[in-house]
Amino acid sequence: MKYIKFILVGLIFGIVLAKAEIISWYRIYEMFHFQSFHMYGIIGSAAGIGIIMMQAIKASGLRDSEGEEIVVPPKERSSVRYWLGGTIFGLGWALSGACPGPMYVLLGYGHLGILIVIAGALLGTLTYGMLRKHLPH
Amino acid sequence: MLMQFLDVIYEPWPWYVAGPLIAGIMFLLIYFGKEFGMSSTMRTMCSVAGAGKIADFFRFDWKKERWNLLVVLGAIVGGYVSANFLTKTPGVDISAATSESLEKMGFAGKAESFLPPEIFGMEAISSPKGLAILITGGFLVGFGSRYAGGCTSGHAISGLSNLQWPSLQASLGFFAGGLIMTHFILPYLF
Repeated sequence: MKYIKFILVGLIFGIVLAKAEIISWYRIYEMFHFQSFHMYGIIGSAAGIGIIMMQAIKASGLRDSEGEEIVVPPKERSSVRYWLGGTIFGLGWALSGACPGPMYVLLGYGHLGILIVIAGALLGTLTYGMLRKHLPH
Repeated sequence: MLMQFLDVIYEPWPWYVAGPLIAGIMFLLIYFGKEFGMSSTMRTMCSVAGAGKIADFFRFDWKKERWNLLVVLGAIVGGYVSANFLTKTPGVDISAATSESLEKMGFAGKAESFLPPEIFGMEAISSPKGLAILITGGFLVGFGSRYAGGCTSGHAISGLSNLQWPSLQASLGFFAGGLIMTHFILPYLF
């Protein structure tokens, strides 16, 4: 159960992303053209419910399944890396139509061409790791 | 009753079903003492493959991140299950306006699969240009998500849920980049 639960969470995640067509290049294209509410509704409702959920977790002092206190590590205070890195990510997201989660789901869906995109993403990750010290953060 | 439920499952799921389910997935991961973030798995994979030898960034205890690779495994299986057991008709019911925008770019105006053959089809990916588009797209996603410290799941959903200012900046960056690509670059690529 220690490991199986993570596979199950991933399974549900994959099914939701596929069934709601979040893994479709067309839905991303449509979103950036403001021609459908679908993706906005998904991200907006997930984040909206998430805000209420996180407040409720804090207020109730809920502990995780191991009995540990739930703490969200604060993100580094900076601006350059978020704006610049975010914009670079967005360029790739709209071009390939897939962010990392959907890349994996598309692979399982049988769209093997996505393997090229995944290879590119791993290469991008590796390149960032090698250049990190020289980039403004 | 059961048959009606099954019919609904086979149809594409609306946003008000998917959004709350994604929030539920984030809750489960938090409850299990983890966090919701997909792009970090790419760093883990680089580390597993030995990238620690060439950059400090990959020198960490990746065994602690094994759980997230299991989420990836589950997500791949989820894609397979959806394609083979939960979907009757492939294709995406895109809006008329989107269809028109696609046609202007020289694409077919009908989405018969999740991915456009103009970018992901056999002919496209076996041409140098098509290959370059897919590798570049992936590269920007991988590089940008690590630079920004997260992707859609880590920033736009988890980070915004925690009211983290950096995540709002990153999410606005995602959007700015997406708009630039869709409106000012994509039309000139095809």
